[in-house]
Amino acid sequence: MASEMRQATAEDLGPGGERRRDFLYVATAAFAGAGVVPVAWSLVNQMNPSADVLALASIDLDLAAVQPGQAIKASWRGKPIFARHLTPEEIADAKKVDVSTLRDPQKLEDRTKPGSEQWLITLGVCTHLGCVPLGAAEGEAKGDFGGYFCPCHGSHYDAAARIRKGPAPKNLEVPPYAFKSPTSVTIG
Amino acid sequence: MSFPWAKHYQPTSEVGKWMDERLPLARFVHGALGPGYPTPKNLNAFYNFGVLAGVALVIQIITGVVLAMHFAADTRVAFDSVEHIMRDVNGGWMIRYMHAVGASFFFGVVYIHIFRGLYYGSYKPPREVLWMLGLVIFLLMMATAFMGYVLVWGQMSFWGAQVITGLFSAFPVVGTYIQTLLLGGFSPDNATLNRFFSLHYLLPFVTFGVIILHVWALHIPGSNNPTGVDVKSEADTVPFHPYYTAKDFVGLGIYLILFAAFVFFMPNSLGEPDNYIPANPLSTPAHIVPEWYFWPFYAILRAFTTDFLGVPAKLWGVLAMFASILLLFLLPWLDTSPVRSNNYRPLSRLLFWVFVVVAVVLGVCGGKPAEEPWVRLSQVLTAYYFAHFLIILPIVSKLEKTKPLPGSISEAVLAKYGKGGAAPLAQPAE
Amino acid sequence: MIRLGALAVGLLFVVNVLWGAIAPREAASPDMTKELHKHPKHMEWAHNGPGNLGVFGTFDRAQLQRGFQVYKEVCSACHSINRVAFRDLADLGYTEAQIKTIAAEYEVAAIDANGEPTTRKATGADKFPLVYANEAAARAAQNGANPPDLSLMTKARPDGTNYVYSLLTGYSDDVPKGWTKPDSLYYNPYFHSINIAMPPPLAADGQVTYSDGSPATTDQYAKDVTAFLTWTAEPKLENRKETGMAVILFLIIMTGLGYLSYRKVWADVKKA
Repeated sequence: MASEMRQATAEDLGPGGERRRDFLYVATAAFAGAGVVPVAWSLVNQMNPSADVLALASIDLDLAAVQPGQAIKASWRGKPIFARHLTPEEIADAKKVDVSTLRDPQKLEDRTKPGSEQWLITLGVCTHLGCVPLGAAEGEAKGDFGGYFCPCHGSHYDAAARIRKGPAPKNLEVPPYAFKSPTSVTIG
Repeated sequence: MSFPWAKHYQPTSEVGKWMDERLPLARFVHGALGPGYPTPKNLNAFYNFGVLAGVALVIQIITGVVLAMHFAADTRVAFDSVEHIMRDVNGGWMIRYMHAVGASFFFGVVYIHIFRGLYYGSYKPPREVLWMLGLVIFLLMMATAFMGYVLVWGQMSFWGAQVITGLFSAFPVVGTYIQTLLLGGFSPDNATLNRFFSLHYLLPFVTFGVIILHVWALHIPGSNNPTGVDVKSEADTVPFHPYYTAKDFVGLGIYLILFAAFVFFMPNSLGEPDNYIPANPLSTPAHIVPEWYFWPFYAILRAFTTDFLGVPAKLWGVLAMFASILLLFLLPWLDTSPVRSNNYRPLSRLLFWVFVVVAVVLGVCGGKPAEEPWVRLSQVLTAYYFAHFLIILPIVSKLEKTKPLPGSISEAVLAKYGKGGAAPLAQPAE
Repeated sequence: MIRLGALAVGLLFVVNVLWGAIAPREAASPDMTKELHKHPKHMEWAHNGPGNLGVFGTFDRAQLQRGFQVYKEVCSACHSINRVAFRDLADLGYTEAQIKTIAAEYEVAAIDANGEPTTRKATGADKFPLVYANEAAARAAQNGANPPDLSLMTKARPDGTNYVYSLLTGYSDDVPKGWTKPDSLYYNPYFHSINIAMPPPLAADGQVTYSDGSPATTDQYAKDVTAFLTWTAEPKLENRKETGMAVILFLIIMTGLGYLSYRKVWADVKKA
């Protein structure tokens, strides 16, 4: 905003030699500019998730009715969740696998909560290109490793939802969750 | 405008020179709003309002685009989506209130801007096209505001849409067809809501384009000024920047303080409580009224209560309402006084203030129920409104005795601030 | 030419409208509603702050909680507050656990495993459910009346907060002479058409038991539930006023600086 109308004369300089008139203009512009920041921020922040979306950012899942060998599907943040009740055989088989042979080496213990090893809770989103794999519902194909099978490009996951065969690079993602009781879990 | 003493743009940096040869934006701004645009040095606070109108439009566009990220244009969810914005969207309540209050302020500022033009004769040659472009902007604003209000889909939204689209059915033969075409149905419904959303988003940008033409048309002759006397020499002007950028900044600050007072402390005071009730096609509100800025025209619409010369009263009302704005296009040819500014036209000046009172009281009438004494008052005032522009002003402007004009703007300014000695020819009233 | 045409059109409109102005009117039938109708009582509210000006002021959280209790125990039988989510109650000072408990008292629509409509307990993310499935159901259950949703009531009426309080405390058994009141309706001059279908909801002191020692009177109930409904209509009220203070203070300083700059810029011209 500083724009001189005429050459600065001696009377324009303050005690420190600074240009008095300019300082006021700079201060005004800077003060006004500082005000633009919170305005701009509110215009951007309105795009952040609204309160109703954030309210659904965490869900409670009741697992009491899920028998060993069964799984249920739920929706969390718009994505499918598979909550699977592993049978003792499935747990034993999963532990027997040598993790160094896995594409995405993870032990079953790393993918479940201590004391609740029979509960495998993962996202139902194939890590290849995002399809929803089969295997959670009754009668769906479970693939060659008894877990999940993605029909899009043929990824096979084992009972611990680890990738064993096919193009997917990673195991099915385990979301953040915590058990509120032995059969009730809060996801997210 | 090319006043010969206008400062020319000199790019100061290498980048500046490079751009100037390819796309001279800086040169353009310099000449249009910057040090390169000589402006009369005697402009008063009323000359702030054009810029404020531009700022108001920008605020509406920015808040509007943001609202459109969350608004849902379907009759089943429109009202809910507005409440979602108010309650759940981060800062949504502020953006919504800014947009609603902003519309009122936009009109307030534009009305003052128009009245300034009326008082100082800014519509007179060579600024006739500038004036008419302004009226086009005003019409676009009214259409935009009307449609925007409908989007909320409250009781007033629905019934206001019902009334205004119903006006078109007054036209003989084609009336009902036009009404159905506008509504996309037989009554305001989803079709209406969706097209109003689309057009409400579009028209502000059309308005912006017309504003560019409006400012361009202004810059050809340059600004008028309170004396109405043309710029004659460099002594009459100052560069727009920094003189009027500084002055407009103060005006902007005052505008924003008033705006903030309403947005944060009285956000619903300019609106109708009925619009917080979801639209109900089966229940008419006790008093259907548009927003306050439409009230004078609503009063004119309702002032025609008797059939006349075989034409139904309803059609007269519609014709009069449109005519009340369209007649303003003819103003440069109705007011033929060679003197521009009412500062030097004592009789016109008096009539101007009478007109202001008439317009304001017409506005009050428009907000009241259609009962006595408001109807009779509207009728008398409507008569005056038409008489003012179509009968009185043409006659007065031809016959009135005007005061002598100052020789130049700088002469008038000197007379006001002057170093004693120079006997002022006329005191320009600020 | 233009002026001649304008004169003609002008005379046409002027004569037309003045003709209407001098036309005799049918005598307006006396409208007792207008005479009997009372404007809302002017009350002081915590959220209006000192001087009841509306500039400062915050909600009284204890009052909002009492108001919510009145709503739940008295009003919710017929009136929904469908725009309020249970999680919004955190504003009143309830904890997440308390909100969960409150929400669990309500049932919301859900689908069972077979896709059939059923209900489930509400959670914090849900809104307060409707009392009746739709308007027709409401009218069938309420003798033809449709109890409106109360979420926005204090904004949906002129001077809404005072209106709601006045309405709740405005019932009277003294029906003025000459006024017809059908037996199924009640006399309340604060209501726009005087005869209201809602029976006086706050009929007796002690109707609601307050746990914080506030007077258990109908007047207190009315004040508290009105404050609560002001909150449901405008939950961001406090935030709005705080932000407004900061914004206006900033703008005053900015305008002040701007004014000083303006004076400096114009000094040479004004001295001329």
